[in-house]
Amino acid sequence: MTVADIVTALNLEVLSGAKGLQREVTGGYTSDLLSDVMGFADAGAVWVTLQTHKNVMAVASLKELGAIVLVKGFKPEPDTVEQSNEEEIPVLGTDLSAFEITGKLYNLLNQ
Amino acid sequence: MHFEYKVQGGDFARAGLASSQVKKVLKQLNVDAKVIKRVVVAMYEAEVNIVAHAYQGTINVDIDTERIVLNLKDHGPGIPDIPLAMQRGYSTASPVVREMGFGAGMGLPNIQSNADEFKITSEVGKGTNLEIVVYLNVPQE
Repeated sequence: MTVADIVTALNLEVLSGAKGLQREVTGGYTSDLLSDVMGFADAGAVWVTLQTHKNVMAVASLKELGAIVLVKGFKPEPDTVEQSNEEEIPVLGTDLSAFEITGKLYNLLNQ
Repeated sequence: MHFEYKVQGGDFARAGLASSQVKKVLKQLNVDAKVIKRVVVAMYEAEVNIVAHAYQGTINVDIDTERIVLNLKDHGPGIPDIPLAMQRGYSTASPVVREMGFGAGMGLPNIQSNADEFKITSEVGKGTNLEIVVYLNVPQE
């Protein structure tokens, strides 16, 4: 499944990094603690979080994550957008809570 | 092969830059992907620790055919109780740093679990020194 497939299926907004929409997604991880994601998320995961600052992109890039989903209508900071576009790792948005979008994502990936 | 990076305390905008550069070098050298992952996790955590806690620091990276040695030396407040600092969940990070999702008390344990050798020494009021070694050849399990 690609990031683009997830965007369509879960009605997500593409906030940045649209060039990376064909990245392959192999799982998901939900956490607002960067060290948790750094230590335990797998490459290709979609990361669900409410953190919007640039360090999120540093973690996503180092871990080679598939995409980031910002919950509850949060928007990425300008330097996050910039790095997302550079690294071609999409930042996506939803108005749903982390709980709700994680449930939907889990079901979608385990269909 | 030797690399040196300077890290500035408080400069979160650049946190992870040195780790990212080392990752690129290791990829170019065709280092095993699992080894790269471990180096990157350990180095990023250690780099962020300097940004979050110290005034400034230097990261020295040495790569040879057998191992990668990361040496991180900072000028900072130091760690009075290392065994306590090594406990998962213990953190002295400021509220601002915690709000960013850092300071969960997972950094040092993450470093240790990804290193083949790990040494930490610290002097209160002077700074902290980390030596992280990751072997290039993954032992057969």
